[in-house]
Amino acid sequence: MKKVKVLIITGYGINCEEELAAAYKLAGAESKIVHLNDIFLEKESIHEYDILNFPGGFSFGDDLGSGKVLANKMKYKKMESGKTLLEEIKVFLTQGKFILGICNGFQFLVKMGLLPNTNGSFEQEVTLTINNSAKYEDRWVHLKKNPKCGTPFLKDIDIMPCPVRHGEGKLIIKDEEIKTEILERNLNTFSYCDSDGKITSEYPLNPNGADLDCAALTDPTGQVLGMMPHPEAFLSLYNHPNWGQMKRQNPEISEDGDGLKIFRNIVEYINCKDH
Amino acid sequence: MKNQIQIILKDRIKDVQGEKVKKIAQSFLNINTGKVKTGKIFNVMYDLKEDQISRFANLGLRDEIIHDVYINSFYQDTFYKSFVLVAKQPGVTDDEGISAQKTLIDILDLDLDTNTQHIYTEDIYLFEKELNEITLNKLAEELLGNKLIQHFEYGKFTGKVEYVPEVQIASDNKQRTIDLDVDDDTLQQISKDMLLSLNLEEMKTIREYYSQDRTRAIRRQNDLPEEPTDCEMEVLAQTWSEHCKHKEFSASINYKNLETGEEETIDSLFKTYIRQSTEIVRERLKKAGNNWLLKIFTDNAGVVKIDDESVFVWKVETHNSPSAIDPYGGAITGILGNNRDPLGTGIGGGKLLFNTNVLCFGPPKYDKKLLPGQLHPKRIFEGVRHGIEDGGNKSGVPTVNGSIIFDDRYSGKPLVYCGTGGVMPYKFAGVNSWLKPIDDGDLIIMAGGRVGKDGIHGATFSSAEIDEHSPQSAVQIGSPITQKILGDYLQEAAERGLIKCSTDNGAGGLSSSVGELAEITGGAVVNLEKVPLKYVNLKPWEIYVSESQERMTLVVEEHNKKALFELAEEREVELSYIGNFTSTGFIDVRYNDKKVAYLDMKFLHEGVPKKYMDAEWKKPELNEPEILSNLDYNEILIKLMGSNNICSREDVIRQYDHEVKGKTIIKPLMGSEGKAPQDAAVMRLNFNSFEGIAISNGICPKFGDIDAYEMSAGAFDEAMRQIISVGGKLPDINDDTNRFWTVNDNFCVPDSAFDPVTNPDGKLKLAKLVQMNKALFDMSTFYNIPMTSGKDSMKNDFKSGDIKISVPPTILYSMVAKIDDVRKTVTSNFKADGDLIYILGETYNELGASEFYKLFGELGANVPKVRKEKANRLYKKMMKANEPALIASCHDLSDGGLATAITECTFTGNFGANIELGTLSDIGIDAALFSESHSRFIVSINPKDKIKFEEILTKDTFYLGKVTSKNNLTINSKGKKLIDTSTNDLQSAWEKGYK
Repeated sequence: MKKVKVLIITGYGINCEEELAAAYKLAGAESKIVHLNDIFLEKESIHEYDILNFPGGFSFGDDLGSGKVLANKMKYKKMESGKTLLEEIKVFLTQGKFILGICNGFQFLVKMGLLPNTNGSFEQEVTLTINNSAKYEDRWVHLKKNPKCGTPFLKDIDIMPCPVRHGEGKLIIKDEEIKTEILERNLNTFSYCDSDGKITSEYPLNPNGADLDCAALTDPTGQVLGMMPHPEAFLSLYNHPNWGQMKRQNPEISEDGDGLKIFRNIVEYINCKDH
Repeated sequence: MKNQIQIILKDRIKDVQGEKVKKIAQSFLNINTGKVKTGKIFNVMYDLKEDQISRFANLGLRDEIIHDVYINSFYQDTFYKSFVLVAKQPGVTDDEGISAQKTLIDILDLDLDTNTQHIYTEDIYLFEKELNEITLNKLAEELLGNKLIQHFEYGKFTGKVEYVPEVQIASDNKQRTIDLDVDDDTLQQISKDMLLSLNLEEMKTIREYYSQDRTRAIRRQNDLPEEPTDCEMEVLAQTWSEHCKHKEFSASINYKNLETGEEETIDSLFKTYIRQSTEIVRERLKKAGNNWLLKIFTDNAGVVKIDDESVFVWKVETHNSPSAIDPYGGAITGILGNNRDPLGTGIGGGKLLFNTNVLCFGPPKYDKKLLPGQLHPKRIFEGVRHGIEDGGNKSGVPTVNGSIIFDDRYSGKPLVYCGTGGVMPYKFAGVNSWLKPIDDGDLIIMAGGRVGKDGIHGATFSSAEIDEHSPQSAVQIGSPITQKILGDYLQEAAERGLIKCSTDNGAGGLSSSVGELAEITGGAVVNLEKVPLKYVNLKPWEIYVSESQERMTLVVEEHNKKALFELAEEREVELSYIGNFTSTGFIDVRYNDKKVAYLDMKFLHEGVPKKYMDAEWKKPELNEPEILSNLDYNEILIKLMGSNNICSREDVIRQYDHEVKGKTIIKPLMGSEGKAPQDAAVMRLNFNSFEGIAISNGICPKFGDIDAYEMSAGAFDEAMRQIISVGGKLPDINDDTNRFWTVNDNFCVPDSAFDPVTNPDGKLKLAKLVQMNKALFDMSTFYNIPMTSGKDSMKNDFKSGDIKISVPPTILYSMVAKIDDVRKTVTSNFKADGDLIYILGETYNELGASEFYKLFGELGANVPKVRKEKANRLYKKMMKANEPALIASCHDLSDGGLATAITECTFTGNFGANIELGTLSDIGIDAALFSESHSRFIVSINPKDKIKFEEILTKDTFYLGKVTSKNNLTINSKGKKLIDTSTNDLQSAWEKGYK
């Protein structure tokens, strides 16, 4: 069977590319880490791949707002061929392929207009900005999946613990109209919740004060997923802050981390679709 | 023409940063600002058309969901009655401006210079209240910025902002020569005026060199003036600085021990104790046929072998002086500078794995009057914390553990220890990665940031005490994004075999990096006009010694130059070819073909006169205090949990990313609620195996007030026992699995050079330093744990007029040890109801300098002593118990002793404990509960493992009681209730702490 091919973008301050590559490797895909400039120089083409990934990090040091400089690059910088990378991405999506953005990757997907993209016009409809705590924070949260959301990334997931590590993760939605669209079309795929799965805006369970307590968004096609928390930082049970006690309570517990499910889901989905 | 763009939040959007300013202004400065609105101003100096500016502002800078934009006008609202504008001083790093430039060329599709500053950013704060100038100035200088690096405007906002921090330097690149044929006073004055930090003897040695016939002949042949040039004096001062040459650690010391009557001459503390102990360990390893100790002392960082595929490289050092005057800039520059050590070791291009940091501050609630130039400890704390946050987080390097210590004596000069570990492949393109080969003719290439006036005299400055006139050019702001891009590039270049080796540009800039590398071939030619500058009109010597950050010096063979430059272009890294290595025996520095420095390498590196110093140890007369007998131990424990040196650091820890890279297994806080503090950090090394490392820090300066030897030995033991606690294994000379241990020793001491007037107790201070070194030697050779790298910082005094605040002699041991399987490591928090609790190791009546005595304002005399034979026996038994995973939780005992350690083990959801001290309290209840004897642990085990566990631990363990499922801690002594209190109350006291 041909392996699912995964492209992971790096460079300019992105810094979670290695664990993301490890995630896809564990999920059975073949991944390649490529410097963004090699795509602009057309040494690499996104069209050779099934999944395009924008990892977390601090692209351009979060100057001008997280993800902003990178989003501008994708929207406006002309490649050798005269096209922008955004135009290439639109083609990529029409071929039914997938895009994942985590943390800084999510920030820049929304600023580029790829999420939630309610009417397919690729215009910015939401933003991710400074947490209500006015702090960068690394802490583990619980995520509740919107049971009605259709993206294949999140199949069979209900509640997932995961670390957040950001200073600008508060989702702000442009207006009521967009908010309604997001809710009606179930584009808010993950919400911050307590350990029982009850959605909450209480700090620090909701670490940033996001509108709708929303931690992740998808687009109406379900092909694009962006999330603030880091599933690639929970590939192994031993990433969990309470692994010691969990193992004691259940000596047979799987050594895989819950975050791995997302990557297994999408790889499996593409495998099934193609064969 | 200048265009100004203002980006400001729409009125309906919550101004989170404004609210934060309002809150801190109230709590820290007691100023009621009313509502605060924040905005950013971009001064664009490129020549652009109106539509271009509009497009750039609206598409490039504005986030349309939340921002309004003003072009050549500013947001104004009569609701806000006053304002503060915070701009940068000319030449201060403005990363946001640079990023704006990069986005500008993308958006407008223009080909403009983005390497020098054309867009200057400024922050504006609008305040609801009408505040007077004094109040606004206070807000500006004590909360919003630092006048050393920032320019402020304030008052009532008139809708105009004029100030733009363009650098303007009058053209003057004339070379000066220095006449040294003068009397002693004038010589010393020259050193002082030029900020050389050279003493009289050193100045005389330089004069002697220039008066030699040989020197004169060589200078004539090379068309150089007879007298030293300014550049030469600067190079000598930098190379001979305490920072670079460690003159006091190399000094000959006459050491008198008045306690024993012994007297000895120590020829170099470094050689006698640090180097020697490690050489002994290396010999023993070699004899046993094990050679994981690959590189010690000779490069930017030490290197040990992980396996046949990879090596581990790491360095810990300090950045104290800069952090005292600009805490944020000092710390971020420290952390990034420290990152460049493992990046620039051997060939260079390693992958950074973690950061660790240990900070010593004055207490946050310091209430003494501040001296001129002294910043409030709380401000230093927050600035340093922020610097570490940005330095680590923005570089994608997890900050996996650390420690914060509060003591009044750190309120003048804080100690900021930064450590970074990295992994290199065993070989880069077939060459052992830790080697540093250089040949005559190899190219010198500078990579990374541009050169400006920033950080000139950093090397000599750190060797001087701070006063209110400290030069502002010593302040720099690191740029993590520039360095991240440089580091990524270096990795790629090393993997492709394009660089022969590299080093970082830190203190002393090019002068230091080229000077040190040139020792390998015996000379170098440098052409300073080739060095790219941030702005024009720097003098040649300034270019050579500037400490502008984020630069590496690469050694490259001619045939790789083209490919290296092509890759740099693709990765947006600026390279410049600035010279060649030679074997002439001279450092030959030129500016437009004119020689500006021409120095004999031998004189430069070996000419510094040896120092002779005196040390005299006299035991302090101390007694044990009388403590009341009817104490309320509940109250005492609550107080201890909330005391400065014990309370929770969660707020700090959470602002550091401690798990980027996905390899952190034991994080600083663990357990179901992520609250329980841990001992060593544990990381796995890759995703293919569960092999890993444990990282720890040992530091306990307070014990040095009683006994500096025991303090140093205790800090060594503390770092070791943290690693043993998480399941690490002691080193074994005969083990052939590369089970490495590697230590960075970092000494930070007050001025220890005796002077009857300015430093009358200098001999005692130096004696303490000697004893700290003796302990290092004894511990290292006993356990076979090598020092692979380290640093000393010798003048940690803050002076203002006649007042001097000196740090206590402090040593930090930072350790890393290999872990076979991270899945078998042990965390500190209790795991299950009914588990049995034991204390391991013997408790003595050693309350001297304890946190318990501190509650009563007492020091005491019984300092905790390290008993290495006993500790060694215990650690071996623990290793044996960990093999079959008999230990469910393990926490080492340190500040606060047994009572606080048990309390911390309960910070994980719904556990408490019932403890009976039994015969443990035969040494006295206070000692049993709060003694800080070393080499002890609180462990819990599953009851089913009781027999097996006790068989292994035998007499080194003492049963204390059980874990319960109630949120309550009881501690009894022979049936008498000492402590009976809710763990929730204990936890909340611990969390509230110094806040």
